[in-house]
Amino acid sequence: MTISIDPQKTNNESLQPKGWLRYFSFSLDHKVIGIQYLVCGFLFYLIGGTLASAIRIELASPMSDFMPRDVYNQVLTLHGTIMIFLWIVPVVNGAFGNYLIPFYVGARDMAFPRLNAVAFWLIPPSGLMLVASYFVEGAAQAGWTAYPPLSITTPQSGQIIWILSVLLLGGSSIFGGINFIATIIKLRRPGLKLMQLPMYCWAMLGTSLLVVLSTPVLAGTLILLSFDIIANTGFFNPVLGGNVVVYQHLFWFYSHPAVYIMVLPAFGLVSEILPVHARKPLFGYTTMVFSVMGIVVLGLVVWAHHMFTSGTPPWMRLFFTIATAFIAVPTGIKFFNWVATLWGGKISINSAMLFSCGFIINFVFGGITGVALAQVPFDIHVHDTYFVVAHFHYIVYGGTVFIIFSSIYHWFPKVTGKMLNEKLGILHFIITFIGFNLCFAPQHWLGLNGMPRRVAEYDPQFQFVNQISSLGALLMAISTIPFLINVFLSLRNGKDAGDNPWNALTPEWLTSSPPPVENWEGEAPLVEEPYGYGKEISEPK
Amino acid sequence: MTTLDSSKEIQKNNSEVNETHEDFRMFGLITFLIADGMTFAGFFAAYLTYKAVNPLPDGAIYELELPIPTLNTILLLVSSATFHKAGKALLKDKNSDSQKWLFITAFLGIIFLICQLYEYFHLPFGLTDNLFASTFYALTGFHGLHVTLGTLMILIIAWQSRINGGRLTSQNMFPLEAVELYWHFVDGIWVILFIILYLL
Repeated sequence: MTISIDPQKTNNESLQPKGWLRYFSFSLDHKVIGIQYLVCGFLFYLIGGTLASAIRIELASPMSDFMPRDVYNQVLTLHGTIMIFLWIVPVVNGAFGNYLIPFYVGARDMAFPRLNAVAFWLIPPSGLMLVASYFVEGAAQAGWTAYPPLSITTPQSGQIIWILSVLLLGGSSIFGGINFIATIIKLRRPGLKLMQLPMYCWAMLGTSLLVVLSTPVLAGTLILLSFDIIANTGFFNPVLGGNVVVYQHLFWFYSHPAVYIMVLPAFGLVSEILPVHARKPLFGYTTMVFSVMGIVVLGLVVWAHHMFTSGTPPWMRLFFTIATAFIAVPTGIKFFNWVATLWGGKISINSAMLFSCGFIINFVFGGITGVALAQVPFDIHVHDTYFVVAHFHYIVYGGTVFIIFSSIYHWFPKVTGKMLNEKLGILHFIITFIGFNLCFAPQHWLGLNGMPRRVAEYDPQFQFVNQISSLGALLMAISTIPFLINVFLSLRNGKDAGDNPWNALTPEWLTSSPPPVENWEGEAPLVEEPYGYGKEISEPK
Repeated sequence: MTTLDSSKEIQKNNSEVNETHEDFRMFGLITFLIADGMTFAGFFAAYLTYKAVNPLPDGAIYELELPIPTLNTILLLVSSATFHKAGKALLKDKNSDSQKWLFITAFLGIIFLICQLYEYFHLPFGLTDNLFASTFYALTGFHGLHVTLGTLMILIIAWQSRINGGRLTSQNMFPLEAVELYWHFVDGIWVILFIILYLL
């Protein structure tokens, strides 16, 4: 069955507001929705970053003198939840996915534009609700994992608002995932084969599969948890005969794949950026595709490596250790492919490239500590210490957030038609890179020496190293300033970018900057070799 | 901005091309049902784990009567068949037949819900009595929510398949097909739930 597109209906964009007002409307244009995701996510990043700074100020001294302990718990819970559910997941999936995927598959919009707009507009209310929960009876205090019985015994209204907010964000994520799968599988331009798609499409396909398969389990778990809190049932309450380990299993069945939901799209984005600025084809495209799918399959069966200290039986420890170690294989393949892409290329040192290289360096650290953490004897030693904090931030900040900035530098000219200032961009990179490593590298040492995470007070012997870490956090906070100045200055009077400032070959560069409402004037181009740099290639048809 | 000025012209050009594309709404629905099924899978996994590792306190009541749930299973299976009949009738442009079968399906759904409520009110345990009771109500309640939504959607499409002015015709089968797939899904979940919860 086919649907003919009714011109009357597709024309309803002309009824929508023009100019900057459309970013506040229920717009169906995938490019507008992408920008909505990005700007909304960035605002929450600033809130989450402020909370992170508060945490680091508190930890600059061993006593809890900057804020009371329960406020510290609320701050770290909100920091984790905001950064994961309102910044990284929406931006790296929703923002770049919505903007780029229709271009990459040669479509005029996403498969379900209305569902797309609904998915975005679920985010601002749930985010505001989460932030506002601080003013009720105190926000949730149980960390972003909301482990019972802690989440059942701490003040309840904040925890319930937290659950409701995460449920809404999970729903938004599922709607987005359905849309991406349908767009990539069903909406491809005729003649475009799956194995000709840019890597970001594959990354988003894998990510969306993970979203669709694992997010509903989190939703079900949180519904049970809210019953425990509101209706006094005992699913996860040992006093009433419940079982906390079941919560951990169900929670990590989502939340381990969630790490891949945060990092796989970044893998895809870096695979787009590196070939353009190194002027070389992406090395090992086919192995990249199979690595993504390998990570998706393995990513679903490694969750219990978060629970080695939860009385896990030996066979489970063995299985999950081996499965986790196996994930290093596809990840390693991808890593070597990126390095091989750079090898012998005509590399231009610009902000996008620097952030991508920063990602590669940071990600190796995060990956190696990840393999180490999968080993049971080591994990039992460092479980719930700052070693885990360091590992996690090397993956999500050193990995994904670096790629988010790299992507902003790379695609800003396409989105706005203006170039970003390179000097400010390089300054931004240098401060971020130094600040990030200064902040998180010492935390490996803290963790190995036994400093527990999520506690406002610590042994005075750790003070000096904590202060180094706080200094790094200060630099990271400062690094946002040149970035914001850069964006506002360039929007106002940046150099005109032209349609294709990087001479890139992927389809989004073959239309004007900024692109017209339905992406192409006339038919979408067929790009058979999105990475055909340095080859004689035929003009896109 | 050049984009917005040129957009009208482009849209005019595009509409002249008169593009068509495959209908992928069903594909989206199937993806959604897979996600929904994963929620149930999580609940089932939790229930089976509790059954395996969490002994109930002495004197806890966890016996279930079989007649009503067996009747409910039959009701849902029959309703799947009647829904299928409605689709067949609509395909042959027999709208009034289709509407009749849809009302029968909705009626069966309502009977199912009434039986479920009757069972709830006559069970010897309440929501918070013990772990088994809580899981029982959570699972059947979540499924009952799905049946409720399904019944409402069936009533809506039954209204839409009316002869004069209804938008459900043999040319526009999608609403019926979508609800039918959802109904079969809910039905299938019930069969799994019945086996795990009542028979095991």
